[in-house]
Amino acid sequence: MNALHDVQRHLREAVLGTGALGEDPGLSVYRRTVQGSLVNALAATFPVTRRILGGRAFAEITRAFVLDHPPQRPQLSAYGEGFAVSLTGHALPYLAYVARLEWARTESYFAVDAPALDFTALARLSAEEMADVRLMLHPATRVIESRYPIQRIWDVNQQENVPAVDMGVGECVLVRRKGHHVTSGVIAPEDAAFLHRIAEGQTLGNAAEGVSDLQGALAAHFSGGTFRG
Amino acid sequence: MAAFAGAEHINVPWLEIHSENFLCDGGPRLAMLDVIAARTPISCHGVGLSLGSATGIDEDHLARLKRLFARVKPARVSEHLAWSVFEGAYLNDLLPLPYTEESLRIVADNVARAQDAFGRQILIENPSAYMTFPETTMDEPAFLARLVEKTGCGLLLDINNVYVSASNSGFNAGAYLRALPAQAIGEIHLAGHVAEDGLLIDTHSAPVKQQVWDLFASTVGRIGPKPTLIEWDLDVPALPVLLGEAAAAQTILTKAARSAA
Repeated sequence: MNALHDVQRHLREAVLGTGALGEDPGLSVYRRTVQGSLVNALAATFPVTRRILGGRAFAEITRAFVLDHPPQRPQLSAYGEGFAVSLTGHALPYLAYVARLEWARTESYFAVDAPALDFTALARLSAEEMADVRLMLHPATRVIESRYPIQRIWDVNQQENVPAVDMGVGECVLVRRKGHHVTSGVIAPEDAAFLHRIAEGQTLGNAAEGVSDLQGALAAHFSGGTFRG
Repeated sequence: MAAFAGAEHINVPWLEIHSENFLCDGGPRLAMLDVIAARTPISCHGVGLSLGSATGIDEDHLARLKRLFARVKPARVSEHLAWSVFEGAYLNDLLPLPYTEESLRIVADNVARAQDAFGRQILIENPSAYMTFPETTMDEPAFLARLVEKTGCGLLLDINNVYVSASNSGFNAGAYLRALPAQAIGEIHLAGHVAEDGLLIDTHSAPVKQQVWDLFASTVGRIGPKPTLIEWDLDVPALPVLLGEAAAAQTILTKAARSAA
């Protein structure tokens, strides 16, 4: 390797490190910018997680994450995958799930554009043909099953004064993008299971097993843009 | 974006984006860019190509940028004399290089590769420096002049960065500006800076300082007017303040154009 490579290895260790930097005040400018800007990037992607933790605790936790998992590529919109998993085992057991919801909303926001499936595509099919159809989730659709009420937690944290939330109920959450807006909302566990089977590539007939009102469920999914056209 | 509500009627000759902010696959951000690019020329200013990387530049990143340029059809494409990627980790800052023969060879190879991939010239911006290297054997204007000579690249002259680096590293800003190859300068950046721990920091968070306006006026008085951008992307003020900065730059450019004519 060349001398420049050694200089860069040394600088990388300095800016992604925590130890003393010696006399050069410039090195700490670079370290502050690198670590601070990546912490800020995560704060922009995980605002509810940050609000729950408070700014100082969030900065500590994200700084540790930044040092262990710096971005893999120069594209901050793709940075933050794995942050939710890193919160597993935190004293607030719902925190990792809340972060998963925030990451799902981010992925949905930046997902590739594609038409949504509507009723007209299936209207001509017979019942047997319908049962054999395989649908695809829209690239901006995400389904999360959580042991905690993450949508409720997300909702109340959009308000200035946060009311108490009953943590004893789990929620399944559907994230979608319609037009320029990402929305997330609670769906029934049977609906979440249905969407998982669709995502696995099962036929509509097989996926719909256990769904009590398939027509109603499909109507809601078509109007919300759950499936890819 | 709320600060810019109603801004759709404001007439600016061109706008600049950070290319890496628009490398997403789809969604509202790209849709908004399409709308803007349809009526205003766009300059694509990169911050992540890492042209100073000792191990070369990332082919995937080149390909993603190429896709963006095909979409936006930018009026200009620029990057920095800096590095930000090391062994797969992106450090999200413009880190400095020692100016040596070896660095020049590496940067020139990377610039040539990028220009080949994009099929066009790129402008290379002088960075703001907070440290220098004992290994350095040539000054920044000499390094940039030789890079231009070796690759045919142009220069994006950031006058605030010159002022900041001159103050931090102890060189003369006026002499630096006169030493650059004037004919290679294709764009100028102006920005505000702050003082911190005995250093000037290029924060893009404040009005352009008077000393930087003075250097700008003398430079364009000498080399002629160039497309000029006000960089203000932290603590962004109300739109009239930004437009006021742009108007102040335009006044100086207009004066330079008149005296050149």
